[in-house]
Amino acid sequence: MFEALDAVLLARIQFAFTVSFHIIFPAFSIGLASYLMVLEGLWLKTDNPVYLRLYKYWRKIFAVAFGMGVVSGIVMSYQFGTNWSVFSDKAGPVIGPLMAYEVMTAFFLEAGFLGVMLFGMGRVSKKLHFFATIMVAFGTLLSATWILSVNSWMQTPAGFGINEVGQFVPENWLKIVFNPSFPYRLVHMVLAAYLTTALVVGAVGALHLLRSKTNLEARKMFSMAMWMLAIVAPLQVVAGDFHGVNTYEHQPVKVMAMEGHYQSHPEGAPLYLFGIPNEEEQRLDYAIGIPKLSSLIIKHDLNASMNGLDTVPDELQPPVLIVFWSFRIMVGLGMLMVLVGGISLFLRWRKRLYDNQRFHRVAVMMGPTGFIAVLAGWITTEVGRQPYTVYGHLMTIDSIAPVDAPAVAASLVAFILVYFSLFGAGTYYLLGMMNRLPDEETPLPASPTRAAGTTQLAAKRPAAIRSE
Amino acid sequence: MFDLPTIWAGLLALTIFIYVILDGFDLGVGLVFPFLKTDRDRDVAMNSVAPIWDGNETWLVLGGGGLFAAFPLAYAVVMPALYAPFIIMILALVFRGVAFEYRWRDKAHEKIWNRSFFWGSLVATFCQGIVLGTFVQGIEVDGRAYGGGWWDWLTPFTITCGVALVSGYALLGTTWLVMKTEGSLRESAYRYAKMAGLATLVFVGIVSLWTPFLSPEIAERWFTFPQLLFVLPVPTLTAILAAILGWSLIKRQDTVAFPTTIGLFALCFAGLGIGITPYIVPRAITIQEAAAPHSSLLFMLVGAVILLPLILTYTAYSYWVFRGKVDPEAGYH
Repeated sequence: MFEALDAVLLARIQFAFTVSFHIIFPAFSIGLASYLMVLEGLWLKTDNPVYLRLYKYWRKIFAVAFGMGVVSGIVMSYQFGTNWSVFSDKAGPVIGPLMAYEVMTAFFLEAGFLGVMLFGMGRVSKKLHFFATIMVAFGTLLSATWILSVNSWMQTPAGFGINEVGQFVPENWLKIVFNPSFPYRLVHMVLAAYLTTALVVGAVGALHLLRSKTNLEARKMFSMAMWMLAIVAPLQVVAGDFHGVNTYEHQPVKVMAMEGHYQSHPEGAPLYLFGIPNEEEQRLDYAIGIPKLSSLIIKHDLNASMNGLDTVPDELQPPVLIVFWSFRIMVGLGMLMVLVGGISLFLRWRKRLYDNQRFHRVAVMMGPTGFIAVLAGWITTEVGRQPYTVYGHLMTIDSIAPVDAPAVAASLVAFILVYFSLFGAGTYYLLGMMNRLPDEETPLPASPTRAAGTTQLAAKRPAAIRSE
Repeated sequence: MFDLPTIWAGLLALTIFIYVILDGFDLGVGLVFPFLKTDRDRDVAMNSVAPIWDGNETWLVLGGGGLFAAFPLAYAVVMPALYAPFIIMILALVFRGVAFEYRWRDKAHEKIWNRSFFWGSLVATFCQGIVLGTFVQGIEVDGRAYGGGWWDWLTPFTITCGVALVSGYALLGTTWLVMKTEGSLRESAYRYAKMAGLATLVFVGIVSLWTPFLSPEIAERWFTFPQLLFVLPVPTLTAILAAILGWSLIKRQDTVAFPTTIGLFALCFAGLGIGITPYIVPRAITIQEAAAPHSSLLFMLVGAVILLPLILTYTAYSYWVFRGKVDPEAGYH
């Protein structure tokens, strides 16, 4: 028994580690693909070379991020089987086809047109190239749709029966795909990806504005990113609220953990801003809260009664400490994004958007916050649905493959070493690319791949463009 | 006759075959990478597969995903049985995949990424051979789970399969380079293609002769009289294609060797199929036993019938855009 628990814990750590690394890249590439589509579309429409330069600049960055997403994604598709084979056997008939659809509709689309998008300029017509970019962007969104349907089904399973060998058997595919939490989760995640990208693009734009206020590309990308942030960040707050209400309806225990509600509150529950969940004593230590606000947010009624974890047996409670704090980190960063977006509108109105260096420094520091918020959000929802893999039907402890702890431990160590070194190097290269000004691209020596494109561009670009 | 599980077994076999051919040649390019003469040759060799490699690798994801979806029981047995080879393979693919981009981003450490590309390709290919060998030699099953030990996949037979696949992918990679490149790179490719071709034939021969001795059931299919007539075309055609391959490499027919190698792989695949059907986990779980419920298979088939031709069309289009010899001067993008 003890050994089984160890293997379960190790396998969970391994999954959490690999999936956390993986989600960073799609969260960025979903938004970046759409951004590239907009840039190329604007270039074709206006013929303004600034858009083309920005397109080529971000395309290189996209290629590296996308490549890391692909290889870390392959790991995910096999890890279900290596560590969670019982889960795979049981849930495979329902979630397997959804993932097969993801591969068939999205992965091939992305990979098939990525080659044309990265290497095809000059080989195919401008329109066809734009079409390839659109297909890549569309593919990233389709991929998000399917995998979020899978994840949502595991959170709020619907449309299935259970057969004699204990497998989940699909009965109604519409109900499976459009399960109760799917629309909310999809909107929340796609907006998160757009926000993450806007924050990165904004940070890069701000960094270059700090060096040169007149740089056309820096101004353009900073302005576009700040528009995106100002519009999407408030939308995300609304979407998050809807998602929270939906979670309360289908996974109330998760919300109890997010809110730190150990006790039931029959006459309006407080919103705790701070506290340290004490799982031993089943109470929130050092709690600072606003009375009745939680009931107002979730049930839209100050005096609505809300049950607490005292109504849930200990063994069915998720780890409250992690969920409570990851939720607060996500929400706190979200509020900060709304604030920064609002300030950008004010500065734009005052015509100071490109001049206010203090704001640019803030925007640079905001660069990684999208990733942190995405990770914190996923930790909230995934840890919050413990101890189940298929919520209410299949426990995590019953999902594990017949693996020994040493095997899982060894592979975990291998993943950690490889991911940190390889993706660490990749992140270093990404930062290096972002550190270069878009119009100061110097061709890398002896690199016919991407550099050829930039060399040609540099040769073609009349000196006058600089001062337009 | 053609019920849903059989159709899906066929589609899955097709997926794996397409994967083996497509990623086979780009992994093969990685296998000969350090043995090319100049950095320029290496640049061109890598660029010959750069626009298409991740599309090729997507077939591996479809293979894994398809097995998971259509035959969840087989997936749940095979993955733990091949725990180490699969983990090592996907990690090796990470090493190799990142090299495509990193190599251009960091010229100061180009050698590191060259090595990452080569070793990643080599280890991934070898592990795939081990997976193949373990599959053929059989997997122990206990109830609905893997019942064998952690090192069952490591036997002289599986190691031989690993070496055979390394030779085979090297042959695919070098004949691809013969077809796609010119000058000193094409010269090197011809030289290595001859070596890889010879090694492939020898090791495929060893594996083929060895396989029937693994189980009387397989031996019966190959060596008893009426069945013999049905399976005999496989070795016969293999001999013919081997002769064409040798001729094309000696006579320098740039566009013949690669398709001929694909034909050789198809025949090996057919031979493998003869040894395995009707099992999906050889001699333990049949296709029918492992199949997902009817509703799962039907739901996916609707998508596959529409999407697979579409995928093949735009994959073909993408190859067509980058057709012909790679032109190193134009940088080709």
